[in-house]
Amino acid sequence: MALDRQDVEKIAHLARININQEDINEYLGNLTSILDLVDQMQRVDTQNIEPLSHPLDAIQRLRADNITESNQREQLQQVAPAVEEGLFLVPKVID
Amino acid sequence: MFSKTIAQLAIGLNKGEFSSCEITQSYLDRISAQDGKYNSYITVTPEQAMAQAKAADAVISAGNASIMTGIPIAHKDIFCTKGTRTSAGSKMLDNFIAPYDATLIEKFNAVNSVSLGKTNMDEFAMGSSNENSYYGAVTNPWGENRVPGGSSGGSAAAVAAQLAPAATGTDTGGSIRQPCALTNLSGIKPTYGRVSRFGMIAFASSLDQAGPIAKTAEDAAILLNVMAGFDHKDSTSADKPVSDYCASLNQPLAGLKIGLPKEFFSEDLNPQVAAQIQAAVKEYQSLGAQIKEISLPNTALSIPAYYIIAPAEASSNLSRFDGVRYGYRCESPVDLEDMYKRSRGEGFGSEVKRRILVGTYALSEGFYDAYYKKAQQIRRLIQQDYIKALKEVDVIMGPTTPQPAFKIGEKTSDPVEMYMEDIYTLSLNLAGLPGMSIPCGMVDGLPVGLQIIGNYFAEERLLNVAHMFQQATDWHKNTAPGL
Repeated sequence: MALDRQDVEKIAHLARININQEDINEYLGNLTSILDLVDQMQRVDTQNIEPLSHPLDAIQRLRADNITESNQREQLQQVAPAVEEGLFLVPKVID
Repeated sequence: MFSKTIAQLAIGLNKGEFSSCEITQSYLDRISAQDGKYNSYITVTPEQAMAQAKAADAVISAGNASIMTGIPIAHKDIFCTKGTRTSAGSKMLDNFIAPYDATLIEKFNAVNSVSLGKTNMDEFAMGSSNENSYYGAVTNPWGENRVPGGSSGGSAAAVAAQLAPAATGTDTGGSIRQPCALTNLSGIKPTYGRVSRFGMIAFASSLDQAGPIAKTAEDAAILLNVMAGFDHKDSTSADKPVSDYCASLNQPLAGLKIGLPKEFFSEDLNPQVAAQIQAAVKEYQSLGAQIKEISLPNTALSIPAYYIIAPAEASSNLSRFDGVRYGYRCESPVDLEDMYKRSRGEGFGSEVKRRILVGTYALSEGFYDAYYKKAQQIRRLIQQDYIKALKEVDVIMGPTTPQPAFKIGEKTSDPVEMYMEDIYTLSLNLAGLPGMSIPCGMVDGLPVGLQIIGNYFAEERLLNVAHMFQQATDWHKNTAPGL
């Protein structure tokens, strides 16, 4: 599957990553060669093979719904870029 | 003193030949004098280290020491350490002071081990050369223009340069074993789920596993004894009893069945490396092992399957870096989308961005079956190859890497060429099996690693197999030139 510049821009948008216009060709080249590499997979017949998502086929463990952690909001928000009165600040979303 | 193993340091501490404060200070002095050459540490924590050493000395005096008490080690900068910057080698987390400790760090703290600092790494553990770090490339002590491997390159270089007696690492596709091979060290990637991932910054959650990087298999066993175990905070942690990994180190190897996969000895393997691996296999024969040629027919497919699964999981995991709760935020964003895009565009390095883009594409509408599902099906085939082989043999051996340490800059222009470096290590992570790398020879003055692969939760056996080789050979005692 051949990609073009618009595909790279679309993927970058989906990933919410800004890519400079002058770098798009380099990413296009890299992604194309990576996708060529992974296309080797298409030669293998995998019909009726169960996909493996966990090496030990474990199932999700459940626990009792008990409170085990104390509230550490102030401490956890110390590493945030912008905080006010316990809230994370972001650019205005609604006018 | 800097050549001593953990086992030797523990004896000295126990006999009162030196204190933890003395060895910790000596290592801190050596780091500040020498690490300029290697760049193996991102953050050194002298004050915390000396406080921990002082506390350890009190525990030793009171007669309550365990083997790791007072032993200084270094931690890969992927493990959250409360109150200390935890960067994952990324500009994105350059300002991130972890608010809690990873379970692995808690476990080392609980036995009063001393942390010297946080080691350099490929950004978010993505890389095979440690050239993808925001904090600069790491130099291999074995050759000043050579890479130490990656992604745990700082941990390996620090131990090889004797700037720490041992270090922790993580291995998603070879990131413990490959740096060990390139720097003449012994390391183990345990079975998936054996060591808690809680507080370990996630790259590819179904593949990531922490493990030790050490001078000997015995030291790796000592470290794994601290690290391994069930953790309710990690939903994929293995709820199985932990062996004493030191208990059967000296078990004789007579009758051990070793499988040599023919796919690990193809034309991609440097012939001089192949000769060293064959010599190591002969050594095992003289220790009583039997050799059998086996086949892992889907080995070559581990590269494409891995380079879909790992980027897909990474693109999902790294979506948490949005400039809101922690990490880098761009200057003066005009709106929310601009903030996300520029924070991520400026905060991530180019290999991380490449992998997020590949993963995003593979998971995007219309491509899921062709890429992600297909890769997971191939993952099953790779696992079945191993399960079949491990019914016939006890362990599988082969090279860890196709060649010794390459030059800095040699493979940076083509990401695919760099990915080929992982051909012998990736399949293990896909299958979730444990594997080691130990020193087994030299080629042109550079170390060669022997990879030893075992069945699920067979870490005790692997460490025994590695330790017995080190009782019979001296390759692991070689130190980098000039040390």
